[in-house]
Amino acid sequence: MTRSVKILYFAWVRERMGRAEEVLAVPDDVLTVEDLARFLARRDEEGAHAFANPAIVRAALDRRHVPPHTPLQTATEIAFFPPMTGG
Amino acid sequence: MRRLSVQADPFDLAHEIQQLTQGRTDIGAVVSFTGLCRSEGGLLEALELEHFPGMAEEEMGRVMDEAEARWPLQGLCVIHRFGMIKAGEQIVLVITASAHRDAAFQAADFLMDYLKTRAPFWKKEWQQGGDTRGWVEAKKEDVAKADRWRDKP
Repeated sequence: MTRSVKILYFAWVRERMGRAEEVLAVPDDVLTVEDLARFLARRDEEGAHAFANPAIVRAALDRRHVPPHTPLQTATEIAFFPPMTGG
Repeated sequence: MRRLSVQADPFDLAHEIQQLTQGRTDIGAVVSFTGLCRSEGGLLEALELEHFPGMAEEEMGRVMDEAEARWPLQGLCVIHRFGMIKAGEQIVLVITASAHRDAAFQAADFLMDYLKTRAPFWKKEWQQGGDTRGWVEAKKEDVAKADRWRDKP
């Protein structure tokens, strides 16, 4: 059964995506965070721009930092953003 | 006592220290760090701080948990601002209180290193005249500074 997740974008990832958030029906072959990033990069021009260098984009699953190979599993919210520059 | 705040408004250092220390006789050291918006060569007018509401508080809380697990702290305060912050204004405040200065200094240093690399905040630079110079890039040195705590007890 197709599952949907909420995706949030921040900083220049948000600007390149042209949106702050969206709800996506996750394709069956998207299992991990990096699968999702690859899917978004291929989906449209905005995604290709935002994920041009996927190694640099960070992710959080349900508000926790995760490495790219992390399975999406039951996560309801995923966020993509650049390396942090607070402090 | 522990205080964590993500806010648009400025903070008052003296007030925050008083909150941590009043009525206590077991604190021998209070260390504070205040991060300000610096204008490089006078060109930068302001920094726009974007954050991930919810996760910012949660991640800062996790970093504070880690500091409390590593050092004996009697008080801990972390405040991070968001929104448009003009050159010269405050961005971040870390206060640590302990019986002895070593723990307070080290915990404050650790907190800043971890906040910089883990708290979900991003800075955009605005110049005089209203043009943006884009997003600040993360520094390798900051990652290296955070990494140096990894193998320490």
